[in-house]
Amino acid sequence: MAILSKEEAQAILKKVLSFSKAESCEVSLNGSNGGNIRYARNAVSTAGQIDVMSLSVNSTFGKKTGSASINEFDDASLKKVVSRAEELAKLAPENPEFMPLLGPQTFDESATYNATTAAITPDTRAEMVGKSLGVAKAANLDAAGFLENSTRFNSVMNSKGLFAYNKSTNVSFSVTIRNKEGTGSGYVEQDFNDLNKMDVLALSKIAASKATGSAGAKAIEPGKYTVILEPLAASDILSNMFRGFDARSADEGRSFMSKKGGGTRLGEQLFSENVNIYSDPMNPELPSATWSGDGLALKRTDWVKNGVVKNLAYSRFWAEKKGVAPLPFGRSMVIEGGTQSLQDLIKSTEKGILVTRFWYIRSVDPQTLLLTGLTRDGTFYIENGEIKFPIKNFRFNESPVIMLNNVEALGKPVRTGSGMIPPMKIKDFTFSSLSDAV
Amino acid sequence: MRRRDFLYITGLGAGASMLPSLNTFGNLISVEEALTPIDVKLKKQMADVALNAAKAKGASYADVRIGRYLNQVVATRDTRVENVANSESYGLGVRVLANGSWGFAATNNMDNSSIAKAAELAVAIAKGNAKLMSEPVQLAAQKGYGDVSWKTPLEVNAFEVPIPQKVELLLSVNNEALKGGAKYISSNLFMVNEQKYFASTEGSYIDQDIHRIWPNFTVTKIDSASGKFETRNALSAPMGMGFEYLTPKDDEKIKGGPVTMYKKRYDMFEDVKEATVHVSEKLKAKPVPAGKYDLVLDPSHLFLTIHESVGHPTELDRVLGYEANYAGTSFLTLDKWESKKFNFGSDQVDVIADKLEVGSLGAVGYDDEGVKCGTWDIIKKGILVNYQTIRDQAHILGLKESQGCCYADSWDSIQFQRMPNVSLAPDNTALTAAEMVKDVEKGIYMFGRNSYSIDQQRYNFQFSAQLAYEVKDGKIVGMFKDAAYQSNTQEFWNACAKRCGKNDYRLGGTFSDGKGQPSQVSAVSHGSATTRFNGVKVINTGSKLG
Repeated sequence: MAILSKEEAQAILKKVLSFSKAESCEVSLNGSNGGNIRYARNAVSTAGQIDVMSLSVNSTFGKKTGSASINEFDDASLKKVVSRAEELAKLAPENPEFMPLLGPQTFDESATYNATTAAITPDTRAEMVGKSLGVAKAANLDAAGFLENSTRFNSVMNSKGLFAYNKSTNVSFSVTIRNKEGTGSGYVEQDFNDLNKMDVLALSKIAASKATGSAGAKAIEPGKYTVILEPLAASDILSNMFRGFDARSADEGRSFMSKKGGGTRLGEQLFSENVNIYSDPMNPELPSATWSGDGLALKRTDWVKNGVVKNLAYSRFWAEKKGVAPLPFGRSMVIEGGTQSLQDLIKSTEKGILVTRFWYIRSVDPQTLLLTGLTRDGTFYIENGEIKFPIKNFRFNESPVIMLNNVEALGKPVRTGSGMIPPMKIKDFTFSSLSDAV
Repeated sequence: MRRRDFLYITGLGAGASMLPSLNTFGNLISVEEALTPIDVKLKKQMADVALNAAKAKGASYADVRIGRYLNQVVATRDTRVENVANSESYGLGVRVLANGSWGFAATNNMDNSSIAKAAELAVAIAKGNAKLMSEPVQLAAQKGYGDVSWKTPLEVNAFEVPIPQKVELLLSVNNEALKGGAKYISSNLFMVNEQKYFASTEGSYIDQDIHRIWPNFTVTKIDSASGKFETRNALSAPMGMGFEYLTPKDDEKIKGGPVTMYKKRYDMFEDVKEATVHVSEKLKAKPVPAGKYDLVLDPSHLFLTIHESVGHPTELDRVLGYEANYAGTSFLTLDKWESKKFNFGSDQVDVIADKLEVGSLGAVGYDDEGVKCGTWDIIKKGILVNYQTIRDQAHILGLKESQGCCYADSWDSIQFQRMPNVSLAPDNTALTAAEMVKDVEKGIYMFGRNSYSIDQQRYNFQFSAQLAYEVKDGKIVGMFKDAAYQSNTQEFWNACAKRCGKNDYRLGGTFSDGKGQPSQVSAVSHGSATTRFNGVKVINTGSKLG
């Protein structure tokens, strides 16, 4: 319903621009429809369906910009929203960082849309949840989970001739399965563009086995340990670091990417040599739109190569100020790894701790990116290449920058959380206290 | 406002452009439009369309919320305006009970046929999910109130204050910081007006007009020799008030300590001047030696500790497992409440749940399922005595009616249990913070929220502050850096030794408490006086990159 084709979106955007009297004008039209179902205590708790579509206009005179938006699409409404943006522009203060609009750009065709996902109905969702509940009930465990799908389109056109359109689908699933006594808990989460890749039954079985396996956890002393981070755990921490690849905050001296005495750490060996990070909108496992919010084409970009910082993101304004080419943030981050599975990493570990995921991560020191947070939903002690017993959750105080200097091994990357992330074996990871939480 | 939108707008989500999808937040509108509410008669008519359609399809109960959510943001940095935006999100959400199961649908097409269709879809979803229920939903009885209304008590509607006046205020604040040697200063004003209409098949038609305001700033200084930077945020509180919060009043200030403290009026100029000095002191502060300290916690800091360690674990939906897959569960299991002797804290700890306190973020007349709001005890003399609940969970506590804790952050969000104001009662004495500090031999006096993290059952936490002063033999002797305290909730509240009196009582709060899937935000206040906790473990969080 709210999902317009490229041609339909283009026709509305053209019409809106034809009403513009501003020196320059940019119009965006976005819509989504989707639904969700939530369950807990082995029964559905809430479920809903929401459709929305909205059009926004940015009109500019000189360096003054006004914005207005609307969700009605008849000619009178479209004229109204344009004139409202123009009125606001005339009243607005000058923006000294205003950048002239981009002209026409060329974008690759994205692979973000999947027809099977777009066809999901409330019944599809109920059936999938039924499978997950079946796993918990059969094992006399309690499940709480969430399944959500959406189809959306994003489009933008400006008075200099730029036009961009993207259509995407997403389905995401997560479940926490706990034992009846509340002494064991397991968790999985997964999202895909393509519903056919989502195996709710298999995922629920992993959560159930972690719930059973983590019961009766023993307390071990906090301290520095070799850890094996499952891809989700690694992603939980590293997503806090990706944001730091921003040239402006580095140049301004308020980021871990800032260099003592001024400038950035671009070109420096900041991580272990086996760390390679790139983004690629055409990655078949993790496709994204091929254009950024400011209308630049997204291409494969190396951020870290052999541990050296290769690129920082530059907004168009900051790039001009610094005399370099603008470079948008990537939307699909990939950390390269090897071929080893999680099991292989466990087998090669003499003594260590396996972490399923982290929780409530907060920055403690933005200068060093020191973070704190806790392990959750399955933490295990490893000895002589085997999982020996479940252990109580820990609080950690650790920086992802330090962590990526202590990489012993990287496994095969999988789609999880914020990107394609491998399981990681990290030495000297700092746990600072114990938690009784299960 | 969705958490993601909120983070985007506030810039707290630095690198927001890395978000996986482009989000639109409501519609951007003019101030005049924001000040023109929807006619109540029209809202009642639309509500009846939804209720009648739901009943016709077989709903045993239905409620409808017509929401117009207005937000205004004025954001500045240094000498320039970064963003001025008015936005509106307007639409309708209908929730139904059919075959013992909930269903929900929402639309922003406000014609009768779209409204009826949404109601019918909600019934179809409820019926489709009924087979996945273990038992039917039990709804606590609730009488219909007929046509009623409620409005935040305020002196000046912040949306009526011209934008140039707000811009001028923030730019003058920035100028003050830059004069004081700040390298960077950003300052913001957030204003929210929820115009909410609730109607149910039980005969309530409730019209509410709710206002909130939050001024904030961050002052940054950089020591170029060492490459170190420090910041200090405003010690303001987000409030359920109008623009009058920004008109200072001397009798709403507490002076005499190392920091000026504010009650229900805030002096942004004075605070930024002090902040600019504080940042220089932070750059030169001595690293805290790790160890046990007596903590004296100002309400501008303690509110968040109360929120995380008392507010969240006493949410009944967490206790029961409804949040197990996201926010987590709670260590305050029902057996602890049933025992009537679980010592959550020392006898100093009286905690009150409240939906009425004037000026607070949680104050409303009725909650989002049509229940009239009130107050009740949660912790009494250190003992757990109650939780926070809504209509479909009240029976689990043996309650005949809901406590009125239901909230949805938008017309297209499903309402569920959210935290009321949860506050630590002050002592009955006239003890001041300055007097409290005099008794402390080895302590730290903390102001303002900083880094905060707590586990999913609310046992183990680590918090730090904007300002941490060293107290030695009853005197403030300087500033510490890298100080964070780590504790266990029950141990911490049992270490609560003394509270200051009513004159020191103040509210802190947050605009963006996150919970639920899809994630929703909620605004909530927590009051307290300055409070002392004995022998708490403090760690040094200083670290270095190679």
